Amino acid sequence: MTTVPADKNAALQPSGRLEGIGWLVNDSLTIAWRYLAAMLRLPESILFSAIQPMLLVLMFRYVFGGAIRGVHGSYVNYLMPGIFVQTVAFGAVISAVGVAEDIQKGIIERFRALPMARSAVLAGRTLSDLTRNACSIALMAGLGFAVGFRIETNVPAFLAGLGILLFFSWALSWGFSFIGLVVRNSETAQVATFPILLPFTFASSAFVPVQTMPGWLQAFAKYQPVSQVVNACRALMDGGPTSFHVLIALAWCFGLVAVLAPLAVRRYRRPA
Amino acid sequence: MPDPPAIEAHDLTKRFAKGNVLALDGLSFETPPGTVLGVLGPNGAGKTTAVRILCTVLVPDNGRAAILGLDVVRDAVAVRRVIGLAGQNAAVDENLSGRQNLQMVGRLSHMARGQAKKRAEELLEQFGLTNAASRSLKTYSGGMRRRLDLAAALVAQPPILFFDEPTTGLDPQTRRDMWTWTERLVAEGTTVLLTTQYLEEADRLADQVIVVDHGKVIAQGTPESLKADLGSTVLLVTLENSENAPRAAALLGPLGTRAPIVEDTLVEMSVENGPKAGSEALRVLDADGITVLGLVLREPSLDEVFLKLTGHRADSGPPAVATQASAESVGPRARSAR
Ligand SMILES: Nc1ncnc2c1ncn2[C@@H]1O[C@H](COP(=O)(O)OP(=O)(O)OP(=O)(O)O)[C@@H](O)[C@H]1O
Ligand SMILES: [Mg+2]
Repeated sequence: MTTVPADKNAALQPSGRLEGIGWLVNDSLTIAWRYLAAMLRLPESILFSAIQPMLLVLMFRYVFGGAIRGVHGSYVNYLMPGIFVQTVAFGAVISAVGVAEDIQKGIIERFRALPMARSAVLAGRTLSDLTRNACSIALMAGLGFAVGFRIETNVPAFLAGLGILLFFSWALSWGFSFIGLVVRNSETAQVATFPILLPFTFASSAFVPVQTMPGWLQAFAKYQPVSQVVNACRALMDGGPTSFHVLIALAWCFGLVAVLAPLAVRRYRRPA
Repeated sequence: MPDPPAIEAHDLTKRFAKGNVLALDGLSFETPPGTVLGVLGPNGAGKTTAVRILCTVLVPDNGRAAILGLDVVRDAVAVRRVIGLAGQNAAVDENLSGRQNLQMVGRLSHMARGQAKKRAEELLEQFGLTNAASRSLKTYSGGMRRRLDLAAALVAQPPILFFDEPTTGLDPQTRRDMWTWTERLVAEGTTVLLTTQYLEEADRLADQVIVVDHGKVIAQGTPESLKADLGSTVLLVTLENSENAPRAAALLGPLGTRAPIVEDTLVEMSVENGPKAGSEALRVLDADGITVLGLVLREPSLDEVFLKLTGHRADSGPPAVATQASAESVGPRARSAR
């Protein structure tokens, strides 16, 4: 037999764009649920992943706090926005490792054979990361308040700062999922992401003022996205001129999502 | 308009850049609805690659394939609505429970929440996993995982199922259960494509068998017709003494259609007329003073069909024990290649 009639059962056909979006939402929520449910089954891993950023708060507050110069006002207030951004940045490693592990374990293979929306795997992944980040930031803010962190502006501005932070974490999630899709192996994902994270988080305004760094480093440290997001959060939480920093930070977040999300989805869809 | 075949492949080719392997080299077959197609082939024949292409996971380099007339590349989304896949490696989420895994697959197959829950319970029950349903898969045995993977393929009750070596790693009881489930599904109208290295499995379940080697179909037909193609009966003679075996083989040679295979005290050969060859064999051996402990005549197994077609043996499968009492189950697999 050579020709097969393209006789498709009407009931099998997707019926329009709106329904497509409905399924994308449904499938993304299901995938996000999958990651969160898996996390809840391992309460000890939640505990340990919470301990690390909390220790960071305490270390910077009490160990380095006295030695770091050039900061006007309270160092805790200076520190906390930096710690927030650093936490979401390092948390993004989990996205890369999680996606790589899914490929390794073959579950992506099952997803590819299901009628689900193709971008839902990554959309769900980044949605669950967003939820996780929101929880860890809430936890750290609580600890911050306990060790002397105070909002010097007002609550809406503080919340706006957290909003930018989460937006940034979402952008990173897409980027790190892309890395996971490329390396396809959870150990590789783990080691591949640290060399990217270290310069961006430490050569930034997260913990020390950029002016204290050598000139050649300042050029990078000043303009890279982590610093810009830290500056925006700091302005919104600790005071100072806000609109400029906020606009730059939002531009970075939009730009990163606009580039990284399609990149990751394209990589996922790429036929093997 | 005639109904399209349930599964059809036309001249599929696939080359993997990594290692430059030509995994499929013009694979073609089709299978009507409501039947079981057994896909037999040695390791690396291209079975899994074919299944992955048919399930829209992989895109072929050339050729085309369709499920119920839906093209696996152009109509991939529609294809995914009518298929269920239990791949060679259990593709389940380690970090969730069995119940959560099945519910997730239900939701991703676009079942309503309540319906997905209900279906998950049914399948857990059917596959004997109810007691382990809320445990993390990390605590499941290999066989339990395998069963869950099969259950996941059945969640949306798709009319076309792909089972890639479904009973590898299952204990004999679960394997028989699996056969019963498959037969029940087929009785309800489901089409199943089953790859296997267990020839007994293809023999028992498949309506049609294709034998794949080096990425193409080298033979096809019903299990019976493939066996009939060999055109002969298998004669097995067990001697008292292995030292006599070469001499016995030489004496028996003229009776067979191809050279006898000798392994220890066992001489195996294909003959045209079973009963006649049997009595003749006893006569010549007796005349030469060689003591015969046993003589068995049987139909050729798919294993032997396979050997004849590919020139090499299927190199994995359940070990058959070569004892006199169970000569029926003695396959050439139990012995080394000639
Ligand atoms: N992703 C891949 N990249 C590179 N080569 C591959 C890939 N998948 C399969 N191959 C190669 O393609 C050939 C066919 O493999 P396939 O898995 O289809 O065989 P199979 O018949 O399923 O074997 P088995 O019985 O061992 O499961 C093999 O030589 C294999 O090494
Ligand atoms: Mg295989």
